[in-house]
Amino acid sequence: MKEERTEEKQYLFDKPENVKRLFRFYYASLVVLLIIEFFIHKHATFPWEEWPGFYAVFGFVACVALVLAAKYILRPLVKREENYYDS
Amino acid sequence: MIPKQLPPAFIMVVGAFLLPLLKGRWQKAFLLLLPVASFLNLISLPEGQSFVFDFLGYQVVLARVDRLSLVFGYIFHIISFIAFLYAIHVDNPLEHMAALVYGGCAIGAVFSGDLLSFFLFWEMLTVSSIFLIWSRETPSALAAGYRYLLVHAAGGLCLLAGILMHISESGSMNLGYLGLHNTATFLIFIGIGVNCAWPILHPWLTDSYPEATITGTIFLSAFTTKTAVYALARTFPGESSLIWIGAAMTAFPIFYAVIENDLRRVLSYSLINQVGFMVCGIGIGTQLAINGAVSHAFNDILFKALLFMSIGAVMYRTGKVNATDLGGLYKTMPLTCIFCMVGAASISAFPLFSGFVSKSMVMEAAARGDMRLVWFMLLFASAGVFHHAGIKIPFFAFFSHDSGIRTKEAPLNMLLAMGIASALCIFIGSYPAPLYSILPYEANYVPYTPYHVLAQTQLLFYSSLAFTLLILSGIYPAEIRAINLDFDWFYRKGGRLLLTFSGKVLNGVNELSERVIVGKIVRGIARFTADGVARVVLIPMVSFWALRGQKGPRLEMKKRNLYNAIMKGGLPVGLGIGFATVLIILLFFLRQG
Repeated sequence: MKEERTEEKQYLFDKPENVKRLFRFYYASLVVLLIIEFFIHKHATFPWEEWPGFYAVFGFVACVALVLAAKYILRPLVKREENYYDS
Repeated sequence: MIPKQLPPAFIMVVGAFLLPLLKGRWQKAFLLLLPVASFLNLISLPEGQSFVFDFLGYQVVLARVDRLSLVFGYIFHIISFIAFLYAIHVDNPLEHMAALVYGGCAIGAVFSGDLLSFFLFWEMLTVSSIFLIWSRETPSALAAGYRYLLVHAAGGLCLLAGILMHISESGSMNLGYLGLHNTATFLIFIGIGVNCAWPILHPWLTDSYPEATITGTIFLSAFTTKTAVYALARTFPGESSLIWIGAAMTAFPIFYAVIENDLRRVLSYSLINQVGFMVCGIGIGTQLAINGAVSHAFNDILFKALLFMSIGAVMYRTGKVNATDLGGLYKTMPLTCIFCMVGAASISAFPLFSGFVSKSMVMEAAARGDMRLVWFMLLFASAGVFHHAGIKIPFFAFFSHDSGIRTKEAPLNMLLAMGIASALCIFIGSYPAPLYSILPYEANYVPYTPYHVLAQTQLLFYSSLAFTLLILSGIYPAEIRAINLDFDWFYRKGGRLLLTFSGKVLNGVNELSERVIVGKIVRGIARFTADGVARVVLIPMVSFWALRGQKGPRLEMKKRNLYNAIMKGGLPVGLGIGFATVLIILLFFLRQG
């Protein structure tokens, strides 16, 4: 299990070094994913799938665009008080 | 003829009404036994078996077993068992009965062979599921339940109108391929679309599911929309407008999911997003696409239920469901946290998890059909679903800032239910052959190629990088206690507007009527009936007396005497006859004129 119980109830991510370790592993896998692309045969349907790192760039850009659009366009339009319908 | 086997819906629906006869442990055991018994009955039915009755000269095909129906039949049984296990601690027989009827009717609907029995099961879905919402017994659940009922009643009537028109036009009640070609089929199309939560028709779902009971939501997330997906696959496969409807469904809810605070509402939006993949696949209509849609429905039922169960367990233990109130729960609910992450990985289509082996079929079908824009929308939605359901749900509930809540792990029955669902998600994801073998068409699709695995992993990891960087930089929208308007505004505020409007207009009409009819007309009639006869009589008599040269006070006196005589009924007979004669003469001359 994830937790490490001690007297003061220190949990897994209460220790900064564990968080740091997780992030290091995470960033490393991001790099590895980009590298192994060059060693794999691509059976792409669309031409843009051949571009190196297409999926990585698309995933990143799509999510940033999604969050920015939701935050700066959708939220100002639709956000209301919690009791909007009750009043 | 007595059938050797029972129609697939029979055991659950009849069992529901036997449930209150049992008490305590027996009732709970019976509850778990029913889906198992029903499942054993189902697998004893050979393909092609049907249950046909004559009803008013029509052939009612109560059940008809074929491959498309069977996939949905299997998963509906599996999820019924899991959801009842999850809900076994609930001591509300009414809620269990509603869930049994609901599940049984969903099974009945996917096996119906004719439009009439399909419609009956379809409507029972709404009627039974409403109790899963109302059982929450909060004012907001009650109100959401009424809205849910009204929307589905409208959708159901639309469907009924379409079915009746179709039967009278084609003379056939057969439930099979219809195709969109006239008013009747269009009405059926829209009727199914309401239950399928198509854009604009969707807000009943995000409005009501988060208001239902913790356990009721598990059932709700499985049956209504997936029965609608089945109905589309049965009646409108290859209908090209579904491609765009589906693509829109995958894309728009994720924007809402990003800014939504209530985690069960986030999951409701992602439910629409996942159904979008299925609708899109049905629209593409190739064998690969239909297989993809159906297998994705199968998987979605499992992982969406798993996600709702894990958030439900959090809600059960903490009483809270808003992202703003939660966080740090991995410390005290580690198993629930792991199950939630399995669900999150499955819905995000991580390799080795169930979403991967089904969603990719729809994507592949879109790519083979060279549908570039659709493909991009689906890819965007794939990244987005990971973002909001895959990361946001586990992150805000179990990690994020520590809310300080220290609670207990979920109860054993909930853990078992989540454990079974998790095991199935991983099993199907790692070894999809059994799932592929029950699909409607022969499936020779290979999900696990190195390139496909890499592409998907890259997509997901770099989506998560976006999330990480946005969180770290503080740009990620903070969760806010607020509600977000959706299309239900039109009937929630619109309904109130209608009420105000009709209050003003109709009450105005009412007041006007009061003044004119009651105040003037009725009073006028009353006054006329009081002495009207006397006045009418006076007219000819006064003219007669005037002709005879009578004037002044004498005429006045004669008038008064006559008036009093008539009002008191003391008119001498002779005078009455004289008056009548005068009247007749007058009438005679009037006619001549």
